Amino acid sequence: MAPELLLIVLAALPFAGSVVAALLPANARNAEAWLAGAVAVAGVVVAIILYPALADGAVLHFKVAWMPIKGADFNLRLDGFAWLFSLLITGIGALVVLYARYYLSAADPMPRFFSFLLAFMGSMLGLVLSGNLIQLVFFWELTSLFSFLLIGYWHHNAAARDGARLSLTVTALGGLALLGGVVLLGRITGSYDLDVVLAAGETIRAHPWYLPVLGLVLLGAFTKSAQFPFHFWLPQAMAAPTPVSAYLHSATMVKAGVFLLARLWPVLAGTDAWFWLVGGTGLVTLLFAGWCAIFQQDLKGLLAYSTISNLGLITLLLGLNSPLAAVAAVFHIINHATFKASLFMAAGIIDHEAGTRDIRRLSGLYRLMPYTATLAMVACAAMAGVPLLNGFISKEMFFTEAILATTPLPLLGELLPYAATLAGMFAVAYSLRFIHGAFFGPPPLDLPHMPQEPPRWMRFPVELLVLVCLLVGILPTLTLGSMLQTAVRAILGADTPIYSLSVWHGFNLAVLMSAMALVGGVVMYRLLHGYLAHSPDGPPVLRRIAGQRVFERILVTLSWRWARTLRGLLGTHRLQPQLRALVVVAVLVAALPLLRHWRAAWPGFAGWPDPVLAGVWLIGAACAIGAAWQAKYHRLAALILMGGAGLATCLTFVWFSAPDLALTQLLVEIVTTVLMLLGLRWLPKRFERIDETTTLPARLRRAADFALAAGAGIGVAMLAYLTMTRPAPQSIARYFLEHALPQGGGHNVVNVILVDFRGFDTLGEISVLAVVAITVYALLRRFRPAQESIGAPEQQRVQNAWEHAHPDRQDGDSVAEQLLVPGVLMRWIFPPMLTIAVYLFMRGHDLPGGGFVAGLVVAIALIVQYMAAGTRRVEAQLRVHPLRWMAIGLLLALLTGVGAWLAGYPFLTSHLFMPQVPGLGRLPLASALFFDLGVFALVVGATTLILIALAHQSLRSQRPARTGNPATEA
Amino acid sequence: MELLIALAIGALIGSGVWLLLRPRSFQLIIGLSLLSYAVNLFIFAMGRLAVDAAPVVKAASEAAHYTDPVPQALVLTAIVIGFATTALFLVVLLANRGLAGTDHVDGREPPP
Repeated sequence: MAPELLLIVLAALPFAGSVVAALLPANARNAEAWLAGAVAVAGVVVAIILYPALADGAVLHFKVAWMPIKGADFNLRLDGFAWLFSLLITGIGALVVLYARYYLSAADPMPRFFSFLLAFMGSMLGLVLSGNLIQLVFFWELTSLFSFLLIGYWHHNAAARDGARLSLTVTALGGLALLGGVVLLGRITGSYDLDVVLAAGETIRAHPWYLPVLGLVLLGAFTKSAQFPFHFWLPQAMAAPTPVSAYLHSATMVKAGVFLLARLWPVLAGTDAWFWLVGGTGLVTLLFAGWCAIFQQDLKGLLAYSTISNLGLITLLLGLNSPLAAVAAVFHIINHATFKASLFMAAGIIDHEAGTRDIRRLSGLYRLMPYTATLAMVACAAMAGVPLLNGFISKEMFFTEAILATTPLPLLGELLPYAATLAGMFAVAYSLRFIHGAFFGPPPLDLPHMPQEPPRWMRFPVELLVLVCLLVGILPTLTLGSMLQTAVRAILGADTPIYSLSVWHGFNLAVLMSAMALVGGVVMYRLLHGYLAHSPDGPPVLRRIAGQRVFERILVTLSWRWARTLRGLLGTHRLQPQLRALVVVAVLVAALPLLRHWRAAWPGFAGWPDPVLAGVWLIGAACAIGAAWQAKYHRLAALILMGGAGLATCLTFVWFSAPDLALTQLLVEIVTTVLMLLGLRWLPKRFERIDETTTLPARLRRAADFALAAGAGIGVAMLAYLTMTRPAPQSIARYFLEHALPQGGGHNVVNVILVDFRGFDTLGEISVLAVVAITVYALLRRFRPAQESIGAPEQQRVQNAWEHAHPDRQDGDSVAEQLLVPGVLMRWIFPPMLTIAVYLFMRGHDLPGGGFVAGLVVAIALIVQYMAAGTRRVEAQLRVHPLRWMAIGLLLALLTGVGAWLAGYPFLTSHLFMPQVPGLGRLPLASALFFDLGVFALVVGATTLILIALAHQSLRSQRPARTGNPATEA
Repeated sequence: MELLIALAIGALIGSGVWLLLRPRSFQLIIGLSLLSYAVNLFIFAMGRLAVDAAPVVKAASEAAHYTDPVPQALVLTAIVIGFATTALFLVVLLANRGLAGTDHVDGREPPP
């Protein structure tokens, strides 16, 4: 298989496995483990196959353009460094899967665990294989997300939930900062491609944005790698199942941060700012976390702090601005991953077997599980930096670098070796504490259950990792030399220094420091031993300042206290102040530039209007103002007046060459009026004399609203006048006018735009109409009117009473008699209206008309029948199925669009054909006609559905709403 | 003519905004309808006012003699969508009136 294809397999396989794992049954523990293990081992195999392709610094690429304009491509890129990480992720992943098979109990839901684990593995691989920075951030956030899900795997446990949430909050916030940094990087270099960015180191370091970029990228890296002061999430994340901790906090999640630092090392490193920020943070973290680790009483807590400390060490090495230190950092990344993963697993075994991880309770386990104890001791020795183990070599390299480091401040250079030795002492002390606390001393007394050796295959991953620690410690060049060289060259390129990996470099200062660290660490542990046997968790003094408590307090203050204060100051539950603020802002924003440029913009007087239209608008404006005045107490009058304003609008459309608009406006006006009339019945009665508010604040408020309304009206009028008196800009109108006939086959350009050129918009619009109609229908199905509106309206009551008084009459006779002549006419008008609808529809492509208008006419024709004969009588004769009309309409419109696909054109392309019709000759027929037919059917369905649903409310026996006004009930 | 249409739009906007700031939901629905007339007219007027120039072409060559069809197409959709939203708003208003027992826009009567 071609290397590029293997690259896709490597990146995609875990995600595919994750989907499969999620679908397996809940108790398929072995099947899940086999699947996940197979995926991880396949990853290892693919990685090994790909290794020869990376010889001599070659880089493998697989690129698919996704959004080329924005520079966002799907880009897989494998170089030596990414390869090293891929091997760690898949290799340790495979061991963790095996371990988890025995660690998890049969009661734990398996699909969730293995599915998340595989997805996490995929995200990590995607992260290290990213050749595009945006893609890198995407996978970065995915790792945050899946680690959240993994840490919170035992979600019945409050500590797991809190730990998961904390880690997500911190790392995802860092990811956001990283995204900012990456976008800036892309702005500086003009590309998000990693190769381009890596080649632009000089430009970036000299750019004025260097510091912001550095700050943002470091925020991302430090939060991920749990560097001080963002370290506090990692100990909390120890509530995760131990396999998760072993995976996330040794080889993967937390290593993503240092991976990024090393990845961008050639671009961002080499400045004083880098030294202070990266080196300083690393040093502080190294010492602080090392000190904290000694005082942990939980085995996993100790490992968590030692992980933070080791990450600090790697960060410090990367911060020293020296290629040799970078080599040491990469080397330590591997070593730490191996010994820490094995130690987490050993801690898990102890927890699993003994039922507790508390060092104060554990003791003398060596007698009960000698084999596991030996393995853990070797791994701890590697962590402490005992010779002949891999930790020793990387620590030697660190000590050498600490001595050689050139720092911007000479004094610091002097102090660095001492700090390094101190950190070494801490490491020895906490390693000793792990071993001595758990395995030595008197036999344990109060353990939840008696420990014994774990199953064979649960121990196997630990054995393998410890074997690696030993082999690398004894034969570093033979085992890791080539891989390290490839990885380091991928970062440093031509600057790769010459270094030698060997156990013994002769007797030099670094060896002396090592010896001092070992002795000092032992002494330190002896001194603290008595105190630690009974002390509470955490180092003295510092245990009171828990980082996560500070963080939580800040979060509470920000997102709760301040938010509430702000809401109290600025917010309101009331609609009117909100709308008022909205209008005020809108008016101001529009008015300020208008007033400033008023003199230049004023076009002069544009001539007197036509007196007829002026008369129309005299009435129209009076209607609008009258509606505004009457809407509170005289709803019917307001409705009629609103219709007047609508008619004036409609006439304006006629006057100024918009016949289609006029037709639509007129018909919609009718439908809206009917709709509102149907609704009026359910509104409360309101009498002018009762609730007249005449208090001073009410008057003032009304005066202010009046001024605001007047201001808005005058402002928009000015705006409209200024725009209209200006010559029209060159618009796209010309295109439509020129192409409507030859391409759309229609004379009526508006209709051609709607059903042909912009058919997709119309499709969206009729979908909205359908959604609204169904929503209205759904809302009305459960409609509960207010108590006072349930009884028949007063007019009906009076009429019914009169009818009851006369034995020969029935309810509703009076109405039927009154409407006798109009009723007959209305029934007779049904066929002509349908004919008009057909006529309007057919001519729509060439003359004013079309699907919308025709649909409205049919809907009105139906409503007229309802009004003439009453709902029951109409529905006895004629069943309208609005939902079917809508379905047919939507389907027809969609199928017309799909038809274009079949002919090989884009969706909704109209086709013009000229069929021969007997008796009529050749007819020009556009396929858009069928689309328009769909529009027609949908408009008929939606309109009638809304109106009939509302009308039916008067026939139903209504129940009052259960919940009244809480304010009045209280 | 421009002056007249501008004043008409202004009157509609003024009445609409006034109603928008009123407390009763029916006032709001009338106000929104008036505002939608105004906005439709405004968008339509962006194509400039022309008499006897309906965009119904006779032949493709003489494009200059017709008024701009684009705002008309926009407004046509706006009218239909306006109807849909009015219907939706009316039904929400009625349902809320049933549930809250008041037609005040806040769903409760203001304290006296």
